[in-house]
Amino acid sequence: MPTSTVKRTDLIFKKDIDYSAVMHKIMKMGKDEFIEELIDSGLRGRGGAGFPTGLKWKLVKAEQSPEKYIICNADEGEPGTFKDREILDNAAEKVIWGMTLAAYITGAKEGFIYIRAEYKYMQTKLRIAIDRMEQNIKALGIKFKLDLVFGAGAYICGEETALIHSMEGYRGEPTNKPPFPVTQGYLNKPTVVNNVETFVNAIIIAEIGAKEYKKLGTKASQGTKLFSVSGDCCKEGIFELEMGMTVQQFVDEFGDGDTKAVQVGGASGFCVPRKEFPNTIIGFEGVPTGGSMKVFNSSRSMYNTLENYLIFFEEESCGQCTPCRIGTQQLLMGIHAVKRKEKPKSYLDELLKLAQTMKFASKCGLGRSVGNAFGSIVTNFREEIIY
Amino acid sequence: MTNCEEFISQLANKYGRKRESLLAIIHEVINQYYYLSEESMTAIARELNMPAAEVYGTATFYTFFDTKPQGKYVIRVCQTIVCDMKRKEDIVDAIYELLRIKPGETTSDGKFSLYYTNCLGMCHEGPAMLINDEQYAKLTPESVKDILVNYMKK
Ligand SMILES: Cc1cc2nc3c(=O)[nH]c(=O)nc-3n(C[C@H](O)[C@H](O)[C@H](O)COP(=O)(O)O)c2cc1C
Ligand code: SF4
Ligand code: FES
Repeated sequence: MPTSTVKRTDLIFKKDIDYSAVMHKIMKMGKDEFIEELIDSGLRGRGGAGFPTGLKWKLVKAEQSPEKYIICNADEGEPGTFKDREILDNAAEKVIWGMTLAAYITGAKEGFIYIRAEYKYMQTKLRIAIDRMEQNIKALGIKFKLDLVFGAGAYICGEETALIHSMEGYRGEPTNKPPFPVTQGYLNKPTVVNNVETFVNAIIIAEIGAKEYKKLGTKASQGTKLFSVSGDCCKEGIFELEMGMTVQQFVDEFGDGDTKAVQVGGASGFCVPRKEFPNTIIGFEGVPTGGSMKVFNSSRSMYNTLENYLIFFEEESCGQCTPCRIGTQQLLMGIHAVKRKEKPKSYLDELLKLAQTMKFASKCGLGRSVGNAFGSIVTNFREEIIY
Repeated sequence: MTNCEEFISQLANKYGRKRESLLAIIHEVINQYYYLSEESMTAIARELNMPAAEVYGTATFYTFFDTKPQGKYVIRVCQTIVCDMKRKEDIVDAIYELLRIKPGETTSDGKFSLYYTNCLGMCHEGPAMLINDEQYAKLTPESVKDILVNYMKK
């Protein structure tokens, strides 16, 4: 066995921290000063898109509006991702502290955790956590009311504009950005939407400071990250690791010794084949990930994997715009046709072009990211798709 | 007022007569009646002062909101890649052996409906499924039968 080269950390689930004291510290420090600290920390959103969190909070703080909202995005639907569930199950109070911090900094008085219906089993537990926290928040002299909102089985509601429509009681259909939620979010008011893990990182930065936080990870991908590891692994589960390792390092630690590909970032992410393991960095400078790492060994058919992803996208596309609605169907029918020899091999190149078109012609990130998995699987495993 | 109308009126009192309450109200109606009937949709529309077509249009967007009668227990087996690699079809076969339903079907006594669903966020413990709000993981053909036998007794 090679010695482990991945760097473990333990900040997200660390217990027994006096967050009231942390909040007092930040209140003494000042709002603008903390925003600078957050920007300096390099924290980028953990929901996948990686927008700088400090900047997002700064934009909402700058808005002149008596009503502002804080929304925690707990819709976690990306295949292979289960870290937000783990956080809410085991460290919900940290999420609530992170949201409280966001509320204090931006001047929001109300917040919501939008959680997927698949996680309804946590409802009672989360309500208790919220009730318990109310006292702590009040004791700090902060006015912040928190509630839970449940989704109803739609992956697209993880997209922030779709999520907001869903909260408002509409179909979860994304809208074009701009306007961004920071200016026109929930009920058209300035709104912070952050991922569960992002809020936890924000309160960690409040606790340990940007300087300590920046010691973790790389320049483009600072701090610590939860990875959801599954598939053909020697160990599956949630692991908190520094960002910036190569896929090779990851595979040496988690693979089963026969890894042929790793899908980084879920169905919307990229498939990395064995030959590229050593020079592919996991992080914003290489392959970004919301945390999903799915490992495939050589017994797996990548055709089957691609088909499974396309069925997922075809079902979850909201159907609002043509490139995505028709594109996902055509890609799925297309690989079936090539497999059955109803279309020549060269048809795959037509399909790659279609996936490319979807990348810029689709309205939201769902349609735009179908080409990631499609392109990387078809290019690297062409033989498996054809024969 | 019928029982259903009365129930929905109380929900509207509880959540407020505003559009933002729509999903929360539908969730409770489905908990109670297992699906969203025409009567429920009309009553919700009246309480929230919106067209019934809008209630229907919104509800049908979401996979967990059924507008056709469902079993008391809705089983949703994860079909996404990791559970697929972990042989989700064995789970579906085991359910068929016990209940004689395939994905998309409901038992004749109206007790169980079966569907495929997408990733449940339990991949590392797959194959996984939901029965109503409860999650079940690390399933085997034997364990899924044990679980269902318990539900049959309820
Ligand atoms: C199709 C789609 C699904 C998404 N699903 C999620 C999700 O489940 N959770 C999440 O935090 N962000 C999700 N996002 C990203 C959000 O739109 C948004 O960028 C994010 O919540 C912002 O928070 P962050 O900056 O803390 O990451 C999704 C985006 C797209 C396009
Ligand atoms: S890209 Fe797909 S999911 Fe996004 S708005 Fe268009 S149809 Fe809907
Ligand atoms: S793939 Fe089945 S729970 Fe994630």
